[in-house]
Amino acid sequence: MTPAETRRTSLRLENIDKRYGGLYALRRVSLEIAAGQCVALAGRNGSGKTTLLRIAARLVRPSAGKLTFSPAVTEPAPTARNTGFVAHATMVYDELTAEENLLLFARLLEIPEPAKRVEALLHEVGLFERRDSLVRTFSRGMRQRVAIARALLHEPSVLLLDEPATGLDPQGVNWLAETVQRLRKAGSTILMSLHGESEISALATRAIRLDAGTVVADTQNGASLRSILTFADA
Amino acid sequence: MSLLSNTSVLLGKELRTEFRSRELLTTTVVFILMIVVLFSFTFDPTREESRRFGPGLLWLAFLFAASLMLQPGFLREQTNDTLSALRLSVSDPFAIFLSKLCANTLFLLITELLMLPIFGVLYNVPLLAVVPQLALVLFLGSLGLSVTGTTLSAISAQARMRELLLPLLLLPLLTPLLIASTEATAALFAENPVLRWDWLAFLIAFDIIFLTAVWLFGEYLLEE
Repeated sequence: MTPAETRRTSLRLENIDKRYGGLYALRRVSLEIAAGQCVALAGRNGSGKTTLLRIAARLVRPSAGKLTFSPAVTEPAPTARNTGFVAHATMVYDELTAEENLLLFARLLEIPEPAKRVEALLHEVGLFERRDSLVRTFSRGMRQRVAIARALLHEPSVLLLDEPATGLDPQGVNWLAETVQRLRKAGSTILMSLHGESEISALATRAIRLDAGTVVADTQNGASLRSILTFADA
Repeated sequence: MSLLSNTSVLLGKELRTEFRSRELLTTTVVFILMIVVLFSFTFDPTREESRRFGPGLLWLAFLFAASLMLQPGFLREQTNDTLSALRLSVSDPFAIFLSKLCANTLFLLITELLMLPIFGVLYNVPLLAVVPQLALVLFLGSLGLSVTGTTLSAISAQARMRELLLPLLLLPLLTPLLIASTEATAALFAENPVLRWDWLAFLIAFDIIFLTAVWLFGEYLLEE
């Protein structure tokens, strides 16, 4: 049984506001994301997708409103450590090798037998042969693979993906889609920001469109779901 | 235990990245070596003058070294947003701060240890007789520099004009620490060296107060 299966987590955002000075990045956003749901976030640049994901990751404190996880996760596994986050930035060290990066985070997350887990993940992302190369020598796509591997190290019960296919080649996108599918089946709650339709967006069971920081569409209906992702009128 | 294990893992990362690039140590050592050598040749001080002005010069050089060394601590974590990855991975965010503090103190002490023999020779100050006492003063002073500098580096890293902000915030806060460190060092450089416990007690109090404040409020420093 994977960690995600043992810790199914749902998210509840209540009246979330996020202001940067006088500018609202998010305005009264209320969402309930059930455990095991795979939600695609769509919206134009600057619509608030990244801010929403960073609030869900508890990296950014909302200006108003409440974020709750259910069941409430307690020590020794605080909520943030049940969250895997792939952001715009790779969130890995350029001056460390791929293996050193993953080992560092595996040890911080106190994963049992970290070396074994890292080796398995390096094989999975296709970087085992380059495990001893510094990340700064990698292409954007290879860095993204390391970034995704880092987020998956602890098989998180909540997976937050901010345009995860950035820089990935078609094989990489396929691998990511398979991984998201596997995690979804294992019970992980997935929230991902995407642009347009892809193998990954096809996995979404719900789509939410943001515009100027507010939720303007939210559907679980297949046809409407596609229209939200492609910006067509639902 | 998680705090200690997280800190040791992160300290290992700090040491590995620094010893791999040697960016901070090389720059800082060269910089303060230049200060000490230039002052020595410019003023050509006698032994008596070195005893009077040497401690101040020494701590001024250490202050410059610290402000050079401490700035990149949290800036490096901004490059690829690795600070967010660390915050999602550690069980106690204080571990992130503690590892940077330990690394900064260690780097500063290495710089000081490399500099001291050169200072002793150029300024004709006998240091051998007071090595243990001097090591204690250096440790307490460097810890204070690092605690304050690491804290302010975390604050300034997320601000605009960050390169300017750190020295602006750092210098006024460090004035009491520098006075205490200089006075304690001057007492050790005197004809009859003594360990001034009053200044040492001040240094210990400074370190404890700042460490406690960071332990209590450190989590907020790391937030966006």
